[in-house]
Amino acid sequence: MLGFVIQRLLQAIMVMAVMSVIVFCGVYAIGNPIDIVIPPDATQDLREEAIRRLGLDQPLWKQYLTFAGNLMQGDFGRSFVYNIPVLELIGGRLPATLELVLISVLSATVLGVSLGVYAGYRPDSWLSKTIMAVSVLGFSVPSFWVGLILILTFAVNLGWLPAGGRGDTVLVWGVPFSFLTLDGLSHIVLPAINLALFKLAMMIRLARAGTREIMLTDTIKFARAAGISEAVILRRHLLKLISIPIITVFGLELGSTLAFAVVTETIFSWPGVGKLIIDSIGVLDRPVMVAYLILVAFLFVLINFTVDLVFALIDPRIRAGATE
Amino acid sequence: MSPVLEVTGLRTHFHTRAGVVKAVDGVSFKLEQGEIMGLVGESGSGKTVTGFSLLGLVDPPGRIVEGSVRLNGTELVGMSERDLRRRRGREISMVFQDPIATLNPMFTVGQQMRMALESHGSISGRAAAARSEELLTMVGIPSPRARLRAYPHEFSGGMRQRVAIAIALLHRPSVIVADEPTTALDVSIQAQILATMRTLATETGTSLIWISHDLAVVSSLATRLAVMYAGRVVEEGPTADILRRPRHPYTQGLIASLPAMAEPGAPLTQIPGTTPSLLSLPPGCPFAPRCPRATAACAAEPVLTRDGTRAVACFHPAEPA
Amino acid sequence: MTPLARFWSEFRENRIALVALVVVVLVVLLAIFAPLITPQDPYDMTGLSLMDARRPPGFVGSGGYAHVLGTDPQGRDLLSAILYGLRISIQIGLAAGGVALTIGAALGILAAYAGGRIETLIMRIVDLQLSFPAILLALVLVALLGQGKGQLIGALVAAQYAYFARTAYGAAKSERRKDYIEAARATPLSTRRVILRHLLPNCTPPLIVVATVQIANSISLEATLSFLGLGLPVTEPSLGMLISNGFPYMMSGRYWISVYPGIALIILIVAINIVGDQIRDQFNPRLRK
Repeated sequence: MLGFVIQRLLQAIMVMAVMSVIVFCGVYAIGNPIDIVIPPDATQDLREEAIRRLGLDQPLWKQYLTFAGNLMQGDFGRSFVYNIPVLELIGGRLPATLELVLISVLSATVLGVSLGVYAGYRPDSWLSKTIMAVSVLGFSVPSFWVGLILILTFAVNLGWLPAGGRGDTVLVWGVPFSFLTLDGLSHIVLPAINLALFKLAMMIRLARAGTREIMLTDTIKFARAAGISEAVILRRHLLKLISIPIITVFGLELGSTLAFAVVTETIFSWPGVGKLIIDSIGVLDRPVMVAYLILVAFLFVLINFTVDLVFALIDPRIRAGATE
Repeated sequence: MSPVLEVTGLRTHFHTRAGVVKAVDGVSFKLEQGEIMGLVGESGSGKTVTGFSLLGLVDPPGRIVEGSVRLNGTELVGMSERDLRRRRGREISMVFQDPIATLNPMFTVGQQMRMALESHGSISGRAAAARSEELLTMVGIPSPRARLRAYPHEFSGGMRQRVAIAIALLHRPSVIVADEPTTALDVSIQAQILATMRTLATETGTSLIWISHDLAVVSSLATRLAVMYAGRVVEEGPTADILRRPRHPYTQGLIASLPAMAEPGAPLTQIPGTTPSLLSLPPGCPFAPRCPRATAACAAEPVLTRDGTRAVACFHPAEPA
Repeated sequence: MTPLARFWSEFRENRIALVALVVVVLVVLLAIFAPLITPQDPYDMTGLSLMDARRPPGFVGSGGYAHVLGTDPQGRDLLSAILYGLRISIQIGLAAGGVALTIGAALGILAAYAGGRIETLIMRIVDLQLSFPAILLALVLVALLGQGKGQLIGALVAAQYAYFARTAYGAAKSERRKDYIEAARATPLSTRRVILRHLLPNCTPPLIVVATVQIANSISLEATLSFLGLGLPVTEPSLGMLISNGFPYMMSGRYWISVYPGIALIILIVAINIVGDQIRDQFNPRLRK
């Protein structure tokens, strides 16, 4: 087991190193950010001074080494636009995004698996057909459009819920949370639904496909032949067997939801990193873009690593393979 | 003494888009206590569906459309799913072909046995472990107590099948349906499992229906044979009698094609033609198109007719010895 | 019956899929003939009047005709803008899907056929990219490459080719393992023949399924990027940009500017997805009864 963990850790570090090079080159190779920081009518001296200060006169590989060295020390540079350390900037926005993403993915998974298992268990009932029709919609309709409709319906026409912002927050261990206050909760409902809908559709499909397949296997037939009740078969045999694909997708989706939060945060003016990155892309604030991408890559690697570990814990076959 | 299991005129049909597949279309037999009966036929002859029908486990679009299955005097056809469930595992259970596919890879053997035990009334963990251990010992698994904590993938194929048999035996059912339980195993292990099953049936008084396409294997185990063709039982009787003097032309072909029956060096006999599709079976005797003795009379459907210990569904059967 | 005829007769049995197919064909025809149908060329800025801006459906503007679906903030006739927008969406979807399909299939088959280091290298990159959300990749690329149709298509291709590569690789690999390919390699048949006659035909059904899904995805992704202001130039608004332009006015009740282009977009995407779903079900032997 220890060997397995170390092997995975090394892999993760490799991926991070490669990602940092790709991201750095990708972002720094194109465009000239100096035009954004410096007013166009600035003197040549002022311009060169700024280029030196930002280190943009160095060759690309030297810039990368400086950047990588700083990265090791937790220094991601300063935002060209806000002129504060990037880490501070992103760190301030991250809790909002993580709160939104976690609530969305968790509720999508719980609801999606329940609905999907039902639809897979009784594929011919009208309720299952309705569930599947809705899931096709959730799958096809672009998420920004769903956001607009949610705002139009619940904020503009009905006036039940606010259309944007985070509302009141409560500090828990110094981190602000929205869902702990009534006002915050009312603010998070629409963006969370918006973000969750696609994942919900995906979980429904996954759970349904898995259920249909598993219910036809000899494992289930054998359990039935032994007189085990349908409730126990569903609750224990089926759930345990579909947990592997579900956990894989849960992990992957956690990452991609982080990315999709960009859209939702823009629509609902949710003050998270997604909104920050869109603004930064607009003004070519490179350090923020680089740090954001590195952060997303890091979260991806972290999630994959965790998923592998969880696998090893729940699947006895992998657990055995890892110790060999 | 009344039979443990009595099947009469069983018909299980599958309503598919392409039409009605009559997988089982007239199966009748009786099973006495402690008896081992072989259910033999080519693949697609309806053996497996017959087995599932006995437990009420036919998956849609399949359905038992006619007939009766009486287990210990109680009619199972038409019984509610709840009552059926109570009888499964306790009065009748089943062992499948592929032991790798039947056990759930995510649970230990002990957990799976406990689930099966708990499905018929609450039982303490200690009692469940004791009973499971007892059964594992019975089916010949070494150091059973330690093996309760092992996962299916830690067993060999033969051992896994023994575990499956142990689970089927947990509640001492009157009948076990074994659907080709040794087909997926090595020949040497096959023989061991056969020996174990024979001992268990004698010791526990459990009756056994052994489904197989392999007449040679079944005849070494079963005291009685039922031969299936195109969803019907075409011949039935004591194993020794049928082997010595088969009456139905299909059974004759089946026995003639056994390697052990052939003269050394002589080519094996074959039954001409192929198994008919159950989707569009013409009326009359389903074997007639392949039968050397077929006449105009065979355009009508023959009925399984009993004559002493033996029964045959044919208008031109060979005379019993 | 030819396989194609059999496929079609089975397809026809699902009425919803049939309706979806008709819708797709209809939308594509509308988009192709948009210049003949629409009362206005929405890209001709000189023909627009701000007097006509943000008018509700049915308003008769300076052009003397009724704006059936209203007008946008620049005074464009929404119906015309939507039909032209559909043109752009479909163009981009097909172009991005087609290029991604070609590149992805080529890489996937190459990896499966070549094996060894080439296989490892290609599939490592593909898998790494697959674990990364397509939208983020497209977002960054568009931000870096700048605005324009070519750049946008490039970004979409880069974000999507990996799906095709994975699919082609999987299908080709399973076929590659079969004995006859080994036999074909042993006989003096050219590599090209093995790939074209044996590997490619086997990859085709799954690739068609992925292609339908990815064309719909391209259209949706383009709309999303345009909505975020990172897609096409403002002078030639795609559906996403029309929706984005209308967004600020939604709060004040001028819903039509966003809603009608959105409905057009969704009809197109949902219809393509339903058709794709049906094709996938028909290709999947395990779901057959």
